[in-house]
Amino acid sequence: MSERTVAVASRVGLHARPAMIFTQAVAASGVPVTIARSGGEPVDAGSILFVMSLGVPSGEEVTLAADGPDADRVLDELVELLATDLDADTP
Amino acid sequence: MSVADAGSQVQGALHGVGVGRRGVVGPVAQVQPVPAVAADAPLLVDGVAVTGADAQEVVSRAFEDVAAALADASSRATGTVRDVLAATAQMADDRALRSGVLTRVGAGEPVVAAIDGVVDMFAAMFVQAGGYLAERVTDLRSVRDRVVARAMGLPAPGVPELTVPSVVVALDLAPADTAALDLDKVLAIVTELGGPTGHTAIIAGQLGLPCLVRVSGATGLEDGVVVAVDAATGTVTVEPSSELVDALARRAEVERTLEQDTAPGATADGKAVALLANIGTAADAERVAGTAAEGVGLFRTEVLFLEASTEPTVEEQTAAYAAALRALPGRKVVVRTLDAGADKPLAFATQPDEENPALGVRGYRLVRTNADLVEHQLEALAAAQAATGEAPWVMAPMIATADEARDFAARARAHGIAKVGVMVEVPSAALRAHEILREVDFVSLGTNDLAQYTMATDRLRGELADLLDPWQPAVLDLVAATAHAGLETGKPVGVCGESASDPVLALVLVGLGVTSLSMSPGALPAVRFALRRHTSAQCATLAVEALAAPSAAAARAAVVENLDPEVRTTLGL
Repeated sequence: MSERTVAVASRVGLHARPAMIFTQAVAASGVPVTIARSGGEPVDAGSILFVMSLGVPSGEEVTLAADGPDADRVLDELVELLATDLDADTP
Repeated sequence: MSVADAGSQVQGALHGVGVGRRGVVGPVAQVQPVPAVAADAPLLVDGVAVTGADAQEVVSRAFEDVAAALADASSRATGTVRDVLAATAQMADDRALRSGVLTRVGAGEPVVAAIDGVVDMFAAMFVQAGGYLAERVTDLRSVRDRVVARAMGLPAPGVPELTVPSVVVALDLAPADTAALDLDKVLAIVTELGGPTGHTAIIAGQLGLPCLVRVSGATGLEDGVVVAVDAATGTVTVEPSSELVDALARRAEVERTLEQDTAPGATADGKAVALLANIGTAADAERVAGTAAEGVGLFRTEVLFLEASTEPTVEEQTAAYAAALRALPGRKVVVRTLDAGADKPLAFATQPDEENPALGVRGYRLVRTNADLVEHQLEALAAAQAATGEAPWVMAPMIATADEARDFAARARAHGIAKVGVMVEVPSAALRAHEILREVDFVSLGTNDLAQYTMATDRLRGELADLLDPWQPAVLDLVAATAHAGLETGKPVGVCGESASDPVLALVLVGLGVTSLSMSPGALPAVRFALRRHTSAQCATLAVEALAAPSAAAARAAVVENLDPEVRTTLGL
């Protein structure tokens, strides 16, 4: 089991467009990934509904976890995504 | 409702209350109601009830079809509609939602109950998270409705995807529903409920769409049947004759001719009357930029707040106001501060359980219970002014006394707002307009609410529409008193109610001393034309005739009779 902890950079938090981009990236990776808030239950990071319902505000840390040979590569990519302001080009 | 007996076909003509003067011809697109299906209704395939793996297959395909249809519709849409549809498509495609439902169906639970169970779980999580997420429950419910309809073989609910320009027909259309409409493909809006000064009608007017409300039997119109919608006569004609189609085409031709005149509004003798547009969003401001409107006479800021469950931040508000100001450089923009309450409830600002919300804590009165809302809005408007270099005129709604006007002016000026005004829509403010004008730089008459409060008539009661008529002598008296105070103090008095969009009444308003008229953009050409053909002295005479009449109908008839004959013919009066 590999794990990464990263602060959510998007101004609106992990909602709306940022949540959409993130869950699409998880789904595209083909690797089962979970996401959890500090002290919270891990949920399917590929589900927009679960990810949105975490209600992660901007700047808060989340923990991603995955298993398997591709886990580290996928997690590194996802960490980079969350560390970017995914809402930057919307008004 | 009449949708249930889909076999019944409406023929001939239906009647309702028209908004605006335009007429169009096109096919009906019915907004489908939410499917009414019992939670334990059996899933039928070729008439046979199926469960287990067979039911799973149907449900799985329903999710796929709904997600694909939404994604497809999104890819062909633009702007907000595109984003809303894309987000909804992704919810329909959600693997946790789908696997949760399939697990329950596999365990033998009826299909609708299984879908409801999983959707309710996510909805509860969204509500618990609050704020932005609580608003998204509506999207989640719409996915639920679509999947249930698809699985059970019913028509897809909600605003249909429009492939050709269509007449959208609904029982009623919430303001939020209009956000989901692809405006390039909407010819007209027809509803069974609602009133002519309700907000659906006003928003339709802003978009320049002909709109008919209170049309009995409209939801019984067959999908796809061609109808003629005439807002001027309030008639929907099924399969119109070629004569009617031609007549509407000729009227449209006249409108196009009138649109050629884009010079500033003025009477025949050159007295300037600013002709402005009413808007609700920054996107509307962009649309207005392309028209001959000299600016915006009413920017209804509550539209920005309508779908929010918490107050938008100062930054979000600043961005929206700045976008509107930037769209109209050098043009006048009058912004009205939040007018929540009554028929425009906001989740975070409206007092729950008011027995009489139209007479309650609404409009500027919110300052008594929630002064921060007003302060934040003024702060955002000042920031937008600083960011754009464009100075908005800012006014408060529902002012009843000079003290309230003074309080608002002090707050606005403290934030650096240069032009401060108030709405005159409460009779007390019209009667004491002189004292109110001493406190502010301008006033704007909201004739819809002024008529409502003068005539003690709910704006939303369609059956009382005659009492709400802005031609009512008592309403005209109050308009005259306000305009008179403006002339005496040398300060501008505008009108931003729907009455400004009636070219006949517009002449009376100008004759009374009103200095600007703000209306839905589609109404501007006819008003501009009528003004151009009458001198200010003629307008003053028409105003005297209107005030002397004993009833609303007599007032209008007297004025129409004395109009320039060419205006009467061209506008079909």
